[in-house]
Amino acid sequence: MANIFAFVETRGTDIRKVGLEAVTAARMLADGSGGGEVHALLLGPPGIAAKAPQAAQHGADVVIVVEHAGLANYNAEVAASTTADRIKSGGYRAAIFSTTAQGRDVAPRVAARLGVSIVTDVLSFEVEGDAIVVRHPVNIGKVIATLAISATPAVLAMRPNVISPAENPKAGKVENAQPSVDPGATRVKVTETRVGGAGKLDLAEAPVVIAGGRGLKAAENFKLVEDLADAFGNAAVGATRAVTDDGWRPHSDQIGQTGRLVSPELYIAVGISGAVQHLAGMRTSKTIVAVNKDKDAPIFKIADYGIVGDVFEIVPALTAAIREAKKGH
Amino acid sequence: MATDFYNIDSALSEEERAVRDTVRAFVDEKVLPIIGDCYIEGRFPKELIPEMAELGMFGANLPEEYGCAGLNNVSYGLIMQELERGDSGVRSFASVQGALVMYPIYAFGSEEQKRHYLPKMASGEIIGCFGLTEPDYGSNPSGMITTAREQKDGSWVINGAKMWITNGSTAQVAIIWAKTGDDKSDKSIRGFIVPTDTPGFSGKDQKGKLSLRASDTSELVLQDVKLPATALLPKSGGIRSPLMCLTQARYGISWGAMGAAMACYEEALDYAGNRVMFGKPIGGFQIQQQRLAEMLTELVKGQLLALHLGRLKDAGTFTPQQVSLAKRNNVSIATDIAREARRLLGANGILAEYSSMRHMANLESVYTYEGTHDIHTLILGQAVTGLSAFEG
Amino acid sequence: MKIAVCVKRVPDMDVRFKIGGDGTSLDEAGLKFDINDFDAWAVEAALQLKEKAGAGEVTVISLGPDVVQETIRKALSMGADKGVHLKADRVPFDGFTIAKALAEELKAGAYDLVLFGKISPDSSNGVVGPMVAELMGVPCVTAISSLEIANGRGTAKRELEGAQEMVEFSLPVVLTVDEGLNTARYPSLKGIMAAKKKPLESKPAQLAEPQVKVRKLELPPDRKAGRIVGEGAAAVPELVRLLQTEAKVL
Repeated sequence: MANIFAFVETRGTDIRKVGLEAVTAARMLADGSGGGEVHALLLGPPGIAAKAPQAAQHGADVVIVVEHAGLANYNAEVAASTTADRIKSGGYRAAIFSTTAQGRDVAPRVAARLGVSIVTDVLSFEVEGDAIVVRHPVNIGKVIATLAISATPAVLAMRPNVISPAENPKAGKVENAQPSVDPGATRVKVTETRVGGAGKLDLAEAPVVIAGGRGLKAAENFKLVEDLADAFGNAAVGATRAVTDDGWRPHSDQIGQTGRLVSPELYIAVGISGAVQHLAGMRTSKTIVAVNKDKDAPIFKIADYGIVGDVFEIVPALTAAIREAKKGH
Repeated sequence: MATDFYNIDSALSEEERAVRDTVRAFVDEKVLPIIGDCYIEGRFPKELIPEMAELGMFGANLPEEYGCAGLNNVSYGLIMQELERGDSGVRSFASVQGALVMYPIYAFGSEEQKRHYLPKMASGEIIGCFGLTEPDYGSNPSGMITTAREQKDGSWVINGAKMWITNGSTAQVAIIWAKTGDDKSDKSIRGFIVPTDTPGFSGKDQKGKLSLRASDTSELVLQDVKLPATALLPKSGGIRSPLMCLTQARYGISWGAMGAAMACYEEALDYAGNRVMFGKPIGGFQIQQQRLAEMLTELVKGQLLALHLGRLKDAGTFTPQQVSLAKRNNVSIATDIAREARRLLGANGILAEYSSMRHMANLESVYTYEGTHDIHTLILGQAVTGLSAFEG
Repeated sequence: MKIAVCVKRVPDMDVRFKIGGDGTSLDEAGLKFDINDFDAWAVEAALQLKEKAGAGEVTVISLGPDVVQETIRKALSMGADKGVHLKADRVPFDGFTIAKALAEELKAGAYDLVLFGKISPDSSNGVVGPMVAELMGVPCVTAISSLEIANGRGTAKRELEGAQEMVEFSLPVVLTVDEGLNTARYPSLKGIMAAKKKPLESKPAQLAEPQVKVRKLELPPDRKAGRIVGEGAAAVPELVRLLQTEAKVL
């Protein structure tokens, strides 16, 4: 029996979906190692405490709430030191983070402070005696490594979307705590967070991703892709490296080896030929649809369903059909 | 690369591979995306010159003291290979600049000429062309009729016409070969550095080319072009001097042709793996496998030939006849490989979107220039029999 | 300004990988290796800072077997001033052991700025930069896509999911570089010649026992062959039907 720590990612006063995935993963690990407790940490500005029940609902026995006016933006030093201090004093078997920009930033710092290793982008895990054994993609997902973590605590950051948040209500006893360092006194300060578009779904979290490539021919034609995403209602828009290199879309939208890794339920590739570097970022999507004029394009080799033809004709038709299908629900 | 079937990489030094990788990346990222359009438009991509210069591709095997990279000859060959993997026109530009203009200034020029011209040519500030061939004297340059007459004050006046001159209309200087004095034999041939803005000098592009379309080819006319004494390349003398330049350029061509062949073979191999006909990739049919096997075999042989020639050149033991053999063989097989690749690509093979037909058409020029295939045959014939087939 | 850049030699990913006979390492036959792209952008960032300041020194550090000297020399040929090779038989997967070895070296160098690529595609773990920062006790900004440094302070932009953060920091600092910061220059041919004459020190890396061990490498199962539903807009109704009834994603 061992207690498991979960770092619950927040933005503003909201818990992100990956945060609930972390709690769910921690619950699975606790139950899998004989039924220990899950302790979830919530860091954020005033108002975040009200979200503690959400963590409890997903399996947290204890919710540690660090509410501070100085935490409106993510503060790496506060997050790392506060989290590390809590893990040190808690004697956990494992600590679960998320493989997101924030998780990739905070988790290695915490591990270093604890003097232990870390594995990010974890696809699955199991307890095997003294080791926690995880699967982790290497070589841009072309090879899967099975890794044995001997450190205690084992620090792992889960890949988003590989575990669905599952309800498993627990007591969720709230413990209020203070940041280990004064958020106003850190050496790195976030001066501004620019959120791209209100209510915009994040690529890593969206159940549906619509991505556009050079086949769209011009930046303004991304409207087609956005309309399709809009028709789904739960879709985020991504792009290929060629497109972000040309400045049609911001770099943060790039899906691929050097960009974002996504594994949504449904991935629709519009005018994307399927360069290796792009496939690396989306090959683990559950269902892949490709629309491309070239029937020999490599994207069709990994797509479950393909339509060959003019994207400017097919995508609007698909948008209309999806709107129709959604109406029926 | 799929083309390195014999792991020739392992025969290259780290430095040679680094040079190759720089030029390869440049060609992949800067040349290949635009070259098809340049070809159709019939223009040389001048916009590439500054970066080619910045990276050190001009006269790269000449010494660092003159602003050049000081590379060995294998590295120089690899530059030519990679450039021609992009396009023969782009490689020709670098060949002319380095082997036909910078080299004669380096080999036959005064110290002053070298210090003045070479750094500016390495940096791309000055572009050069090489005027040897004349309308009526192609394979037989010894017969040239262009003359340079020495004046009483030591200055020179040149009259004549040159043809098939790469970079002719863009160059700021031309190396012009002319007969001097009253001697009509080729012993009187000497080289001159001629600024192209000298009165009486004019160049105009030759139109209607169906090959090397991404390269400027010009006709030069020199009418009473007056030059100071300092225009003469003092150490040049006889037809041997321009032929030494051609040996340098032909050496580069023997590598360059392999670059074009690599591009065609890779394109064919890739296409064979992806193009589905009768329910399977066409690479699964024996007839295409035979094509690919033949292409690959000749490619590997040509690559090894170029590399060994480079090693001989670096050792200082190579002969012009060995260069003739390599130029003759490698351009010829590259032309065959390009044609076979084009055929394997079926109808798609005639599109500029693919490179094989462009290379195929280019290589017909390469086959013909810098000593035609036939002339190199006779050079080899003479080398092995001791009997010249050139004269009566 | 003294700048250190930590670089890794990685295989070209555009191949079909084969697992070695031991089942825990890759068969390296036929693989082409080069500097990690993110690390090349880190080198470029260092060179640009040095060029802009008109002074400074850029040191490139890499851990691994002797062949990583080639990667160091590539950075030297781009314009870095000197190299340090931390010699190890192989590069362990465990980022923490790597971080500890690098931090030892970096602490001794009194650098104002330490740059890393944000991740390497081979181990795909992305932890060494921030771990080194913690071990050195200096601030760290990860995954930057813009960078300005003046008067001992810096500002940078970080790309987050669906957002951008502007951050300010003091020096010394550890930064990890994301795509979009710059485009790495090609090593010039003169640079390649000059690199041979630049100092490159090789010394043993102090590697602790790893806490993460590779138990097995395997190739992921191939995706089952997909199908072309049809051509043009006429195929849309059939696609939607398949998404509803077969893939069940609608």
